[in-house]
Amino acid sequence: MNEELEHLKLYLEIEKVRFGHRLNIDIDSVPESLACNLPPLLLQPIVENAIKFGLYDTIGEITIGLKTRVENSYLHIKITNPFDEKIQHSNHGTGFGLNSVQRRLFLLYSRNDLLITEKKENQFITQLKIPQSA
Amino acid sequence: MNKVIIIDDEPLARSIVIEYLQDYKNFEIVAECNDGFEGVKAIMQHKPDLVFLDIQMPKINGFEMLELLDTTPAVIFATAFDEYAIKAFEANAVDYLLKPFSYERFESAIKKWELKNMDKPAYKKNIDQLLENTEKQPEEKHRVVVRTNNEIQIIPVNDLYYIEAYDDYIKLFTKDNYYLKKKTMAYYEQMLDSSVFFRTHRSFIINLQQLTKIEPLEKNNYVALLKNGKKIPLSRSGYVKLKEKLGI
Repeated sequence: MNEELEHLKLYLEIEKVRFGHRLNIDIDSVPESLACNLPPLLLQPIVENAIKFGLYDTIGEITIGLKTRVENSYLHIKITNPFDEKIQHSNHGTGFGLNSVQRRLFLLYSRNDLLITEKKENQFITQLKIPQSA
Repeated sequence: MNKVIIIDDEPLARSIVIEYLQDYKNFEIVAECNDGFEGVKAIMQHKPDLVFLDIQMPKINGFEMLELLDTTPAVIFATAFDEYAIKAFEANAVDYLLKPFSYERFESAIKKWELKNMDKPAYKKNIDQLLENTEKQPEEKHRVVVRTNNEIQIIPVNDLYYIEAYDDYIKLFTKDNYYLKKKTMAYYEQMLDSSVFFRTHRSFIINLQQLTKIEPLEKNNYVALLKNGKKIPLSRSGYVKLKEKLGI
């Protein structure tokens, strides 16, 4: 997790150079989550989505949140970004990002319930659970 | 002094234009805008001689922003986005700068503007034509932007009930409102998805998803009834084609 987080920070630094004046990033990871394992680069497309919908298609300051915690030998990761419900449908991508994440999780763990997304009050929330072997 | 407005959602992209422009003493930057909304306001306020315009911006893109203006200013597009635009624009807009662009490339764009500036009416005609002909960006097929007083609204095309010709304008009707726009019926007939939108009459295009009934009005004369209770005239050939389309 620690290494993945470092990668993401590097990517977010690049976006900050472009849009730093209105991009805030709020990373909140509990120390014990940093030692957890997760498939490499799994978070990258999710964070790119958060940037695409939360930043490219909005006006004004925004905050992208990334929260991690450990519970019942699962690593929980929650990524939030604002989005505009009204025009959201007009800017659909290819649908590859989330699909590929779902597919990887299925192939690795044979489970379809590890990735959950929801929309709540103009926030798009992506939640991941990664099983940690004891 | 020539007035310049720079519209781009990335401050760094604006700063490169500002830097390059410093060598030109006959240009004055009157406004810098973060998005199309600010752009519309600034252009109406300042009536610039030249606009540097990005295409991909939040909410409304550069083309949509130009549609909202009553008079189109001279535009140099500056974008990282190639595909459709390059083809259409090399011939028509003042110029098209593909980011990242060099100072030399920028210089030649300014030269082109100076040439075109001597022949303004011809240029204006060009860009209006260009807006009609340019292949639409995918998102533009799903929404229409309109300006009412000082507000800009984005209407998903699914929310349109019908479109009516109105002199040089058209009226875009939603469930219980309408918006004026300076466009032609032919433009919308071509731009909108023909499996959903249908021209019933010389002056009307309807959204077939909002159609509930076709009613006889008198002999050989029919109207289309929409879900909001509106009755839309069907021309004789429109009636025949509509029946064909619906397979009845």
